[in-house]
Amino acid sequence: MERLSLNESPAPAPRTPQQNQQFSQNALGPAGPQPTGGPPQLPPQMFTTAAQLLDLTDKKLVLILRDGRKLIGVLRSWDQFANLVFQDTMERIYAGNLYADVSRGIFIVRGENVLLLGEVVRSTPQLLNSQSPNPLLQGLWKLQDIPARNSANEFSIDLQDLDREDDIPPNLTRAPFEEVFALKKKEESKRKTGDKKRYDELQALGFEPEHSGEILF
Amino acid sequence: MLFFSFFKTLTNQTVTIELKNDIRIRGILKSVDQYLNIKLDDIEVLDLAKYPHLSSVKNMFIRGSVVRYVMLPRSEVDVGLLEDATRREAANQAGKAR
Repeated sequence: MERLSLNESPAPAPRTPQQNQQFSQNALGPAGPQPTGGPPQLPPQMFTTAAQLLDLTDKKLVLILRDGRKLIGVLRSWDQFANLVFQDTMERIYAGNLYADVSRGIFIVRGENVLLLGEVVRSTPQLLNSQSPNPLLQGLWKLQDIPARNSANEFSIDLQDLDREDDIPPNLTRAPFEEVFALKKKEESKRKTGDKKRYDELQALGFEPEHSGEILF
Repeated sequence: MLFFSFFKTLTNQTVTIELKNDIRIRGILKSVDQYLNIKLDDIEVLDLAKYPHLSSVKNMFIRGSVVRYVMLPRSEVDVGLLEDATRREAANQAGKAR
């Protein structure tokens, strides 16, 4: 440790015991090697699956699966394959200009089935300080290990209101599940016969239909 | 890893992504990882009428395995450089295989 500091910074002055303690605290911290010229680069850990999913953790997301299911819930956990754990999940089904929600509970989704994850309600930056209106924000502010406070001794945090109703597209109306489900079934069978016809024609011409091996909606 | 590095140089550019289920999404490329999973911000879904479930989504994580195309701004791609890099990579791979 001592040698490392000698290599990195020019001859440090002899330290008092107190300074020594400060130094060891710094050495434990995340201070990495200083950049040595060249174009400024983003830290490599930004470009990992983990970094991408970390931003979405504990947020209300819409999860679209490869079989066309749309699940809305709170992302609680994940790993490097985008295997996901969703809490308080609702499945939303769409048909025509109708939609319906079905409560489903907890989901563990294998990563290969994930198509995309989208943030439903945009999180808004909220200022943390002693006057924060929300008791949770006040509590957070009181914690002493908050990183990166600004000069005014406050900082902002991206929070999403999980209780807020989702934005519903203006041209859609909510309908009973059975009604939407029946309509959806009808739409699907219609599409399937159409697809089958197109596939048959393509195959007759010697073409292998696109993504014939997997179902994608 | 070549295309991972290539996409990293395109962060904060507007790209259009076509998924294997034909949805096309335009947005600002925020991040990419080794599997070419992509994070988009300020998204806009082309042909939104067909995909109402995406109307309230503003930013998203797309799994790399479901992407069919990524359409890039022409001005941001140095095609000559990319060609060179691709050939060098291919030569390296061939060298490793032998």
